[in-house]
Amino acid sequence: MLAARRGSRTLLVDIDGGGDLGHRFGVEPVRYQPTEVQPSLFAMAMNTEDSLREYLHSRLRLPAVVPLGPLGAVLDFVANAAPGVREILTVGKIAHDARERRWDLIVVDASATGHVVAHLAVPGAMAGLIPIGPILDDSAWIRDLLRDRTFTGAVIVSRPEEMAVEETIELAASLMAQSDVELAGVVMNRVLPELFSHAEETTFEALSAGSVRSVVEETVGGPIGPLVDAARLAVERRRSGAAQTARLRSALDAGVELTHVPEVWGEHVGLALTSRLADALDDEWG
Amino acid sequence: MAGVGQLAASRQILVVVGPGGVGKTTLAASLAARTVVEIGGSVLVLTVDPARRLASALGLSRFGNETVEVPTELFTRAGVRPRGSLHVAMLDTKAAWDGLIHRHAPDEQTEQAILANPLYRNIASTFVASHDYVAMEELYELHRLGRYDLIVVDTPPARRAIDFLEAPSRMVEFFGSPLLAWLTMPGRSRSSGFAQRPFHLVANRLIGSTFLADIAEFFLLFQSMYEGFVDRSDAVSAVFGERLAGFVVVSTLEREPVVEAEFLCDELERRELEIGAVVANRVLPEGLRDDAAASAARRLAAAPESVVDRLGNQGLDHLGLVLAELADNYLRYRSVAAEEVALSERLAARAGAWATVPLRASGVSDLAGLLEIGRHLWVGL
Repeated sequence: MLAARRGSRTLLVDIDGGGDLGHRFGVEPVRYQPTEVQPSLFAMAMNTEDSLREYLHSRLRLPAVVPLGPLGAVLDFVANAAPGVREILTVGKIAHDARERRWDLIVVDASATGHVVAHLAVPGAMAGLIPIGPILDDSAWIRDLLRDRTFTGAVIVSRPEEMAVEETIELAASLMAQSDVELAGVVMNRVLPELFSHAEETTFEALSAGSVRSVVEETVGGPIGPLVDAARLAVERRRSGAAQTARLRSALDAGVELTHVPEVWGEHVGLALTSRLADALDDEWG
Repeated sequence: MAGVGQLAASRQILVVVGPGGVGKTTLAASLAARTVVEIGGSVLVLTVDPARRLASALGLSRFGNETVEVPTELFTRAGVRPRGSLHVAMLDTKAAWDGLIHRHAPDEQTEQAILANPLYRNIASTFVASHDYVAMEELYELHRLGRYDLIVVDTPPARRAIDFLEAPSRMVEFFGSPLLAWLTMPGRSRSSGFAQRPFHLVANRLIGSTFLADIAEFFLLFQSMYEGFVDRSDAVSAVFGERLAGFVVVSTLEREPVVEAEFLCDELERRELEIGAVVANRVLPEGLRDDAAASAARRLAAAPESVVDRLGNQGLDHLGLVLAELADNYLRYRSVAAEEVALSERLAARAGAWATVPLRASGVSDLAGLLEIGRHLWVGL
């Protein structure tokens, strides 16, 4: 959304097809054919069957409507059976659109952490498995696109929590070891705000106990214990999040930019939430 | 409503399922550890991808392929006396696949041929669905050996956790496909088929006949194990059908994970599998639902200066600001907590047992932490 706002013709791709991108823009679920969900912003849901059809059509000049019948089941089986076919159809479709320069920017919402490196490494793996043919040729140029740092970059989205940071560190390492794609940046999402400054914290401690607390409770006519507990929770979460962020920072190469996106509170869902997050990125990246 | 304890006492396998990032691994370990304290017996937690800190919480430098027993001193140090023993194993996909081939291959020669095949190596390490399949296999094998009174399984991170359940039947379907039979048929009779011609043409032009032949050879080798796969798949399904196993659905109380958890519950029900318990993880403290405190917070947020006036200057810096932040923070968290309540009502209706585990400011670093989480699992509602 931020890229589109800044004037880039942008394509957003949902790899799993289950991410419900449409909801993020307040529209119907998106399909394989890109639809414009915001000015200059198009969204599509990946579907390997459509991608295979499109590939066969362009590559082998098969008519768009093949008398499928049993062939449909056969193609489906091939996509399931030959390891990596599904993955290369996914990566291949995106790479093809990228090479055609139909878009200024393509943003891909990738598959789950455990699978994403397999996706990105598949052009390399294909080259090892298939000695000849158009797939080999395609693997080669796709690999070149992925390898080109001015063209492709991976962005890892993390959260200031132990498990997420652990996974991010592992993913960054395996991206480097097993794929050709450069880690362009890491976004730390849902960063909690600092509740009290140092000076304020002293005041908070004084408030949370003894005579001061009873005066406050008398004045507002109710218990403030739960308020104090909630504040402590917020302070502790912020502290532990900051420690995890620091751990991540020191584990990443110094050249990798770490962007912070603050927690969005309240009732923001769908388009409103997307818009808020785009604002936050805009603030960070200036 | 009952907690998870009764389920742990009456089942031999508990499968912890749920959306990614909701804390399945930690909860599986907590459930197993608490079972050792409350019920006893020999309990195994089979995990897929533990964080280093969880390993050290269990007193292990790291998880390996081998099953490791958690030292008794750790329980003693946490202030409890274990009634049984806690064991931990981590799933190694590659090793598990090799073991599978070893079990199912009809002879040594076939086994070696498969292990050496580049397609096999690719499948075992990168084929996404294969992780789910071997996790299920490994679970069945451990169950069959009968060494443990309870096995708690932490399922692989899948966008749709249901993949895990479908893995055995999909694998059987895969190897039983008529196309596979055709692919592995001797060359001459293959050309006569009606439906196969376009496929052969397409496949040949796309990937070349050499690779096609490689695929055929690979599947031919695998087909010799078909019977084994079918038998295993049936046996695995039987374990889940016989109520020896129960599912524990875990979610955090945020909209998206809850929607995914509900989908998971639907799928379990559709397969007539028992949803033994639903666990809400990282739930905000109850104090956020205190209406008297909420009124106090609203009054404080509206007029912090009235409190400042009452208190006078007691040498407290930024008093008005701190009071306003105290109130705002409470009200912010309270609105999130209200949403949690609505979501938890949706989930709690899905199972006979329900537990909530409170949000912790930081991760679990020792067995005492795991046992504390486990205590919440036992409580119920």
